[in-house]
Amino acid sequence: MSGVEGYMYPNEINLYWSVLIVLYPYITGLVAGAFILASLERVFNVTAVKPTYRLALLTALSFLIVAPLPLQFHLGHPERSPEMYFTPHSTSAMAMFGYVYLWYLMAVLTFEIWLDYRREIVLMSQKSKGLVRVIYKIMTLGSNNISERALHIDEKVSWIVTLVGIPSAFLLHGYVGFIFGSIKANPWWSSPLMPVVFIFSAMVSGIACVMVLYMAVTKLRGKTIDMKCVDTIAMYLFYTFIIDFSLEMLDLIHRIYEADESFRTLDFMVHTKLYFSQIVVQIIFGTLVPLLLLAITQLVKLPEIARKRMYAVAGALTLIGIFAMRWNVVIGGQLFSKSFLGYTTYKMSLVTKEGLLVAVGLTLLPLAILWVLVKLLPPWTDGHSAEGVAAD
Amino acid sequence: MGVFKDAGHLFRFLAIFVFLFIAFWVIRGFVVPKSFGKYGHYRAASIDEIAAHPLHFAGHEACETCHVDVANVKKDGKHAHVNCEACHGALQKHAEDPASLTPTKPDTATLCVRCHEYSAARPKNFPQVHAAEHSTGLPCETCHQPHSPAMTSGGAK
Ligand code: HEC
Ligand code: HEC
Ligand code: HEC
Ligand code: HEC
Repeated sequence: MSGVEGYMYPNEINLYWSVLIVLYPYITGLVAGAFILASLERVFNVTAVKPTYRLALLTALSFLIVAPLPLQFHLGHPERSPEMYFTPHSTSAMAMFGYVYLWYLMAVLTFEIWLDYRREIVLMSQKSKGLVRVIYKIMTLGSNNISERALHIDEKVSWIVTLVGIPSAFLLHGYVGFIFGSIKANPWWSSPLMPVVFIFSAMVSGIACVMVLYMAVTKLRGKTIDMKCVDTIAMYLFYTFIIDFSLEMLDLIHRIYEADESFRTLDFMVHTKLYFSQIVVQIIFGTLVPLLLLAITQLVKLPEIARKRMYAVAGALTLIGIFAMRWNVVIGGQLFSKSFLGYTTYKMSLVTKEGLLVAVGLTLLPLAILWVLVKLLPPWTDGHSAEGVAAD
Repeated sequence: MGVFKDAGHLFRFLAIFVFLFIAFWVIRGFVVPKSFGKYGHYRAASIDEIAAHPLHFAGHEACETCHVDVANVKKDGKHAHVNCEACHGALQKHAEDPASLTPTKPDTATLCVRCHEYSAARPKNFPQVHAAEHSTGLPCETCHQPHSPAMTSGGAK
């Protein structure tokens, strides 16, 4: 049989979890990471990253809206998915996660964004015309109260929401690691470190994503990039990345030292089938190179243009590296036989329901949603957004 | 009072929540089947629906009441614990009214290898052969009696 080496049980030959299941933790990771970056500003009062605060929230929202779609495509029958909410089973991690997702979408992100933008929304609803006005009117929920006191209350409530949001973000992504880490039949996945590694890699990818988005969008708008902001974000990226990398190394060392009965099989897999995606893409180009670039920017005083380029390259490589990490976890975990005697191959299809095109579409969809959100709720602090709100 | 006035918009947002929550329970009341959860995490009425499915298998006790000869041969052989219908297929109709359906004899060329062809996935102590080498093309039943297949020195067992 082509693509199969050694002995595979019949039900292991085809992979059931496709590239969409790779995308799913990737996207939820970006949500959690972007939100945690935003909460830094709020809860820890890091004013330097303020220019990205709103952008990070909107990024988190647009990715969160798309997060369940890969699962819908993978499972099919989207009309059945509400049953998970109507008749949840308490032993199903997925069902419990459904509620975390709704909670996070409604009570954390939407609420927080609404509170933060309320002043602008009210002003826009008075200024704009036509359909746009109706949209803003609906978003005001019929309250035009933007008195100082009201805004002060919003500020306080919003702080609490962020505080609640941080554990929610950890829960949201910790769960994704949990569903892999708790599969005890699969030695590639089964590890209590899995949720922790997932959370930190989520933070890394989310921070990198917002940094790259901010730089790219500012460039597109023809504005100047706030270097103090990007420097700070890059510093956070560097530190979280170091923690993330250490955790993954800890996991690796633990596996090597433990060397249980699966070790030789997995080790062989990493040196053959997963060599490119794990060693080359994930570890060398997706981790070591960006870490090195970020370390240089931390140690050496470089001119602005050099820093910008290095941040952009490091950010893009990080995003690719974290994607490769998800790939290696999801796909890697299905390439070997439970008999430890054989390996199979993942053949990605192109135009099927779970093919490459759908995956690319689902990756671009959040950016489209973000574009609409940015139009509707401009997140800029550099004067551009004030244009619509200048009246006050 | 002032606090409530200036926090009024928050209550509007809360109202959306409450509305969605109530809507959820109302919809849930309509879409979740009435008998769901009566015995466990499933629709209790499904038991009756499943019970109403037509039967396909009769069970070996049924066969043995009429085919006593086969049952006697089989009960001392190595296939004692292999169910009649595992080889003969579902025969409820035949068991109810033998005249209505005369079962065809199973084709041993495909039947026996289904369980006995060598495969690493089978337990090591399960009897397995590489059929092509083992039988050299002869039908299995030239040497093995299907109902008592072992060939010890004392003849068919
Ligand atoms: C009510 C009695 C009865 C029951 C119960 C019954 N059979 Fe029969 N079976 C017969 C009779 C009578 C014949 C002969 C029918 C014929 O030749 O048309 C027969 C024929 C057969 C034959 C074909 C024999 C041949 O020479 O080709 C097979 C095989 C068979 N039965 C298997 C089974 C199996 C397996 C079961 C259990 C699911 C079963 N029978 C249950 C009465 C029964
Ligand atoms: C291991 C598979 C297997 C099992 C188990 C099995 N049979 Fe058979 N049976 C066969 C095969 C194969 C034949 C056809 C033999 C032939 O072609 O000569 C057969 C033939 C028969 C016949 C035709 C008459 C005969 O003796 O050749 C009857 C009746 C019969 N089986 C009944 C039963 C009943 C009743 C049971 C359960 C007690 C049973 N069988 C269990 C494989 C099986
Ligand atoms: C439904 C699966 C099944 C089918 C079909 C089946 N067998 Fe068996 N066979 C068994 C089982 C189970 C045993 C008992 C194994 C044991 O004792 O551990 C067995 C035992 C045997 C043995 C005894 C091996 C020994 O230990 O000496 C022989 C020979 C044999 N079968 C031949 C056949 C032949 C010939 C056929 C086709 C007519 C056949 N089997 C069809 C399941 C099957
Ligand atoms: C030429 C005669 C012959 C034919 C044909 C034949 N066998 Fe056998 N088979 C034997 C003998 C002899 C033994 C060893 C007897 C014993 O140890 O009980 C045996 C043993 C077996 C065993 C037990 C192996 C073990 O490891 O205990 C199985 C299973 C078996 N045969 C299955 C089949 C199957 C399936 C077919 C049809 C594809 C088949 N045989 C055809 C002669 C035959």
